[in-house]
Amino acid sequence: MVESSSSIEPRICIIEDMIIQCEGAWTIPNLAALDHALQTIKWPDMSELMCDTMKISAMDTGGAVLLHRTLMTLRKEGRRVSVQGLRAEFGELLQMVSCNRSRIDEVDVSEPGYLSQLEQWGRQKSQQAVRALDFVGEATVHVSGALRRPSLIRWRAVFHSLDRDGYHALPITGLLAFLMGVVIAYQGAEQLRQFGANIFVVDLVGISLFREISPLIVAILIAGRSGSAYAAQIGTMKVTEELDAVRTLGLSPMQLLVLPRVFALVIAVPLLTVYADILGVIGGALVASSQLNVSGVEFVGRFEESVALRHFFLGMGKAPCFAVIIAMVGCYQGFQIRGNVDDVGKRTTIGVVQSIFLVIVFDAVCSIVFSWWKI
Amino acid sequence: MPSETLYTSNPVIEVSHVCTRFGSTVVHEDVNLTIMPGEIFAIAGGNGSGKSTLLREIIGLHEQTEGTIRLFGQDVSGLGEQDAQNVYRRLGVMFQQGGLFSSLTLAENVAVPLKEHTDVSSELIRDIVAMKIATVDLPMDSAGKFPNELSGGMRRRASLARAIVMDPELLFLDEPTAGLDPIIAAGFDDLVLQLKAVLGLTVVMVTHDLDSLWRIADRVAVLGNGTILGVGTMRELAESRDPIIHEYFHGPRGRAAQSQYGVS
Ligand SMILES: Nc1ncnc2c1ncn2[C@@H]1O[C@H](COP(=O)(O)OP(=O)(O)OP(=O)(O)O)[C@@H](O)[C@H]1O
Ligand SMILES: [Mg+2]
Repeated sequence: MVESSSSIEPRICIIEDMIIQCEGAWTIPNLAALDHALQTIKWPDMSELMCDTMKISAMDTGGAVLLHRTLMTLRKEGRRVSVQGLRAEFGELLQMVSCNRSRIDEVDVSEPGYLSQLEQWGRQKSQQAVRALDFVGEATVHVSGALRRPSLIRWRAVFHSLDRDGYHALPITGLLAFLMGVVIAYQGAEQLRQFGANIFVVDLVGISLFREISPLIVAILIAGRSGSAYAAQIGTMKVTEELDAVRTLGLSPMQLLVLPRVFALVIAVPLLTVYADILGVIGGALVASSQLNVSGVEFVGRFEESVALRHFFLGMGKAPCFAVIIAMVGCYQGFQIRGNVDDVGKRTTIGVVQSIFLVIVFDAVCSIVFSWWKI
Repeated sequence: MPSETLYTSNPVIEVSHVCTRFGSTVVHEDVNLTIMPGEIFAIAGGNGSGKSTLLREIIGLHEQTEGTIRLFGQDVSGLGEQDAQNVYRRLGVMFQQGGLFSSLTLAENVAVPLKEHTDVSSELIRDIVAMKIATVDLPMDSAGKFPNELSGGMRRRASLARAIVMDPELLFLDEPTAGLDPIIAAGFDDLVLQLKAVLGLTVVMVTHDLDSLWRIADRVAVLGNGTILGVGTMRELAESRDPIIHEYFHGPRGRAAQSQYGVS
């Protein structure tokens, strides 16, 4: 930088109707002011102009670009402009700018039209659908292969995942299930007391927890906890070219990354659901005894006779399906990340939202089917 | 050192008695350097000798375990938020991995410093950015591409364009020519020389490129065994008796480069 601090205000103005006077430091911090001055300047009606640059005290590339652009605009209008008094080093800078400038061909940055945007959107969506189907198909092939030959399963990875996604989820799942039991019993207590039907709190808590609440609460927690982690892990591996390394080392990303996670969740989610069932019922029983005078013994007695085992099994049947949905959506979104940090965040969010959405849709379908079958 | 006496002004960078340890790994034991304004200073040394780490310490991205580093006369580790920002505006850095923002296009990446630190109109920003993209020899149609759509060498050049967009006084380059094709690498050397001549900037670069070292470096420091094994012009270092320096500059590649640029 040549004399970055200068006493003369950076300026461009017209004197004597034909001399463009440039003064001061033509450096990036002053560019905005100079550019503004240039916008408002009124060029004289002369075909021949002289640009006096003697008083330019400092100049950097930004300044040179501005000066060069000004000169070019004037010349394009058919005027002849001569530059005088430019210091040698600034001259060199201007030379460099104009030399590079000539290589810049105009960049076309026009926005695509609505129709082509629509087309692009359609293409994207259909490609996504195909890719998703592709993924599900490939995963199914691998799963069935692994089930036939369990030695193909990477048990170390499965156990690692079980520890991280199952065992470490126990406290939060337990707490939430307990609170759900408390909430359901509390909400029911008021109504039931009005009818003197206090004992029915057992049915309320037991059936709703076993059939719906426990599997759902576990699925939502795991989607937020593990589904997002799966997407981020696989996505980051993609960004750092680890996935490519896996492929070129002759390993299958499906087998190495997806299957262990799917198996781990299929084992972990049902177990967590049982755990959530137990803690939820305990929560309900506590509220029942404190608010509705249903003692523990009464609670258990009623529980045995009214809450049929099928409710438990219906809930438990849904749990592994939820697990597959969560693991697959998480991993799939991870594979969709395209080497961009923003993408990691976006895909992780999409993964969680999508898996919760699909879990609830699946649950709704189950409810309808079960009610057809009258179970 | 004869070149030291040529300069009368204050040093841009002073590194004194710097030690760096990562846990039990000792990277620097006692590093001392003085870099004067207007010179192209190169840091050479084997892989893992701590060149990038030293660079990061000078820029203030990593704190040394012991010793002091002064940048423009200010102690780097004691800088407040405001001072640090003022210092950062005077320097440009090209990182070994590029360090481009992956969510921005190339042109947007280059425009970031201008947008953040000045209120130049967007039209003029576009002009300056296009200029810089042309300066580093990137094709114009790559301006709208995202970093993951660029090749490794293009990413480096984009990173350089971003580093020089504000015309910094001090430019840090971490292995600028690694992964560049020989024509571009030579062009890169020319570019650095041109920038130095036109803008008078100081360049600190880490490089293994012996051609670059011979062609453009005013002085070279060789890092090894945790210290500076030698500082001087390439000719001085080529005659050094230190076994590591000798090995470094007189391997088969060193000889080829020397016979092309050196005296002997
Ligand atoms: N964050 C870190 N934690 C622990 N050790 C580190 C860290 N960063 C660097 N190191 C160690 O410091 C040493 C120097 O690393 P550095 O990246 O500075 O080497 P370099 O000279 O730039 O090598 P190259 O020529 O390969 O770029 C290495 O041994 C490295 O293992
Ligand atoms: Mg390095």
